[in-house]
Amino acid sequence: MKYLCLVYTEEAKLEALSDKEFEQLDRDSLAYDSEMREVGHFLVAHALQSVDAATTLRVRKNKLSATDGPFAETKEQLCGFVLIKAKDLNEAIRVAARIPSARVGSVEVRPVRELAENEPWDKRG
Amino acid sequence: MTESGETISQRVEEVYRTESRRILATLIRLLGDFDLAEEALQNAFAAAVVAWPRDGLPQNPRAWLVSAGRFKAVDMLRRRTRLDAAQNELARSLESRAADEAELPELEDDRLRLIFVCCHPALPPDAQIALTLREVCGLTTEEIARAFLVSPPTVAQRIVRAKNKVRDAKIPYEVPALAELHERLEIVLHVIYLIFNEGYSASSGESLTRSDLALEAIRLARLLLALLPQPDSEAIGLLALMLLQQSRQAARTSADGELVLLADQDRSLWNRDQIKEGVALVWKALAMQNVGTYTLQAAIAAIHAESTSSAATDWNEITGLYDLLKEVDPSPVVELNRAVAIAMRDGDEAGLGLIDRLLASGDLDDYALAHAGRAELLRRLGRNEEARRSYERALRLMGQEPERRFIGRRLRELESPDALRGS
Repeated sequence: MKYLCLVYTEEAKLEALSDKEFEQLDRDSLAYDSEMREVGHFLVAHALQSVDAATTLRVRKNKLSATDGPFAETKEQLCGFVLIKAKDLNEAIRVAARIPSARVGSVEVRPVRELAENEPWDKRG
Repeated sequence: MTESGETISQRVEEVYRTESRRILATLIRLLGDFDLAEEALQNAFAAAVVAWPRDGLPQNPRAWLVSAGRFKAVDMLRRRTRLDAAQNELARSLESRAADEAELPELEDDRLRLIFVCCHPALPPDAQIALTLREVCGLTTEEIARAFLVSPPTVAQRIVRAKNKVRDAKIPYEVPALAELHERLEIVLHVIYLIFNEGYSASSGESLTRSDLALEAIRLARLLLALLPQPDSEAIGLLALMLLQQSRQAARTSADGELVLLADQDRSLWNRDQIKEGVALVWKALAMQNVGTYTLQAAIAAIHAESTSSAATDWNEITGLYDLLKEVDPSPVVELNRAVAIAMRDGDEAGLGLIDRLLASGDLDDYALAHAGRAELLRRLGRNEEARRSYERALRLMGQEPERRFIGRRLRELESPDALRGS
């Protein structure tokens, strides 16, 4: 099974971190990526830029509308994601619980709905 | 065959009563699907009703039923018109494995696995409760709905959604690893205690007790204790707490259904057997490591249970236990109960001061019992006008009819002091 771990934090909290703390969080995240890669859980992960840089699109009746920012004002914003491979939800929770940003925000663990066509990284193994 | 057909069909019924939940747990593990397992279970028993009178009672009825259930499941999977690849594979793997006896020692583990699946943290609390009562205890959807004062379709929907989540998110059928056992067990204990409380003090409505649910929770705690690979002090403490609370059941309401406070209860109505068992369990739990919130609450209940009256109660020891409880499980409600114990030990003024400070913090503003407790102390101190205002505040916040009537009685007493003097 694949699980997408969506990492949410309050951007204000991230901004409140000192440069040193922020760099440490980045280093921890990269280190954990490699650890997950070594044991075969890791598929892909990215940190995201601030929601200030986001654009929301909608296509209605073939007409595109683009607006500034995320579609909903919420306290916590999506700030990164990790796609993992795990045998079941308990394993996914064990892996996701150690994502370093979970210490600052929250991680939503979502099972991936498999569509007919496989993603390219499936073929690699 | 020496046994007549009739005795054998009685035997089938008996096996159904005593074993069906165990067999279901194993079928859920083997089939990985709640509904398929339930259907396979019913079909296996239907087959037993035909086969056993004809061929005689199998040596191991449980093994026979598990094996029959598995073959019925294969049939069902085959008959489904749109066999997808996954189901085909499941049918094949089920078929290739013979009914190996080696699987049977796992039966009891399967029940424990089932409890942990039903109480998985990924499921919402009301679904954990409904699924546990349905799958582990074998209550019907209608029974659960009646007990929780919701409609059967609501319960059915909760159960269906929970089963879908177990399947879609792939919640595994396993007892958590040792490193996670403690946290996961906490949730199981919490679910059991919620079931008990729903039975012990209905959160709304006319009836103060729905004791069936309380007894079901006690049964569940006993089952859990029997199944756990090693004893857990909080599981023991929870069973003790429920037994000790349940022991007062007959004394908690008067003949006309009115609430009777602990201090005014006829203690000869308390159930001595439950007290004896509960107290012994408290000692057992206290002797273990990691004394937790259930054990401490049970220890407090044990002191009440062994005291002949409110006046003869060792309020100093109770206060001490609340001090410990405050450390282990800090909450405004614990503080409130501690304040009441201090009122009993050091006098009403001392207790009132603590309650006022607690209320000033705002955490208990909407908690009826905080205002009722404050009112009670004010009444005892003769500050009737303030007592009346607090009772009224409590009344506005209360959901249960017997409790509302109790407060109503107190308010009437305050309005006609003559009646009070006369009583």
